[in-house]
Amino acid sequence: MQLPYYPGCTLKNHAKHFEDSAIAAMERLDMPLVEMEDWVCCGTVFSMSSDDLMLQVASIRNLVRAEHQNLSELIVLCSMCYNTLRRASDFILSDPENLDKVRKFMYLEEKPFDGTVEILHLLSVLRDRIGWEELGRKVVRPLANLKVGGYYGCLLVRPEKYAIDDFEAPTIIEDLLGALGATASPYPYRLECCGAYQTVTNKDVTVQRTYELLNSARNAGCEAIVTSCPLCAFNLDQRQRETIEQFPDFDPMPVFYFTELMALAFGANWDPEWTKLHFVNPEPILRDKGLI
Amino acid sequence: MTVSITRKDIKNELVDKIELLSGQNVFECYQCGNCSSGCPMVDYMDYTPNQVMRLAQTGAIEELLAAGTMWVCAACLQCSSRCPKGIDVAGVMEALRTINLRNRVGVITPDDISTEDRRELPPIVLVSAFRKLSG
Repeated sequence: MQLPYYPGCTLKNHAKHFEDSAIAAMERLDMPLVEMEDWVCCGTVFSMSSDDLMLQVASIRNLVRAEHQNLSELIVLCSMCYNTLRRASDFILSDPENLDKVRKFMYLEEKPFDGTVEILHLLSVLRDRIGWEELGRKVVRPLANLKVGGYYGCLLVRPEKYAIDDFEAPTIIEDLLGALGATASPYPYRLECCGAYQTVTNKDVTVQRTYELLNSARNAGCEAIVTSCPLCAFNLDQRQRETIEQFPDFDPMPVFYFTELMALAFGANWDPEWTKLHFVNPEPILRDKGLI
Repeated sequence: MTVSITRKDIKNELVDKIELLSGQNVFECYQCGNCSSGCPMVDYMDYTPNQVMRLAQTGAIEELLAAGTMWVCAACLQCSSRCPKGIDVAGVMEALRTINLRNRVGVITPDDISTEDRRELPPIVLVSAFRKLSG
């Protein structure tokens, strides 16, 4: 069964390893990801101002195009795209007046639209359509002895209405890691914000966040963490350069996309190109665990 | 002496604007402080999120618009998810940002980003920062 998927902007460049590893992993699960045609940036953040119709248009345009391509669902990998598209979908589905306004605003679209495409995150597809036991049976290279923490950040679990799991005590990432054979250690800061776009205007704050978040994971016994958000990955991985400079006691930690570990577990080989997109080299730990 | 304060006395146009933009009733807040205790950015704020709510109730929006809190808020939604009254506190922060940005206050431009950052920041970072801080 093919899964229509929406990549989003950063999976085509800085997070290419996220996309490549997801494609490799899902092929091995016989559920290949097929990229939707003609997508545009989702806008990354959902506008919380009631009169900002303009800021909804980018996300909704993707919903419209998916609908016109006869797709009933879109699988999303990036947490921010998931949240933004899902909320945009709810914006027009929950209120006929909103849909009407958006239709009038987007009158140049070729065909009428209802906004019916369903937005799903890959993690929930893995849980709900395959299940952890079945996923465990597909593992050919168990991540034995790898102690890894799941990092949820904000947009997989907040607002509660759009959370892919319990919004205060999710287990979906730990369940996946467990199915892959890893030891998943929950740690206190796994739902805490990385600082997000503050990395542009308040860089030092995000560096401090990275220090605190990764230490929280380290103290819980994690050797690495996984994320599904390229913005979190930038703050938690690339910003470790500044973290190392500012905190002499800081011990660097590799940050993976969950799909990289899935690809390895399902038998794909590590691509050296993926290493180049990491700041903290993940190869030593993978070699140490016999995974590459 | 009994002092009676009613919404009518202290509500002003800016409070209305905040409520309209955010879709929230700021008078719902009863100062439990859950928003501030969960806020990952509270250490860097001049007014904590519950203080923002209180000031909004008293009509002191000008003071809030001049403060730094809304610019440190990362819109992580922790405050909103933990509010026992269901107030979208992050939405109130967004409303404050929006009013400022529409008056061209706090707007960032590509020139505000260092050459080094421009080279290495992924699109997701730049797009989100400009969406939140231009307007």
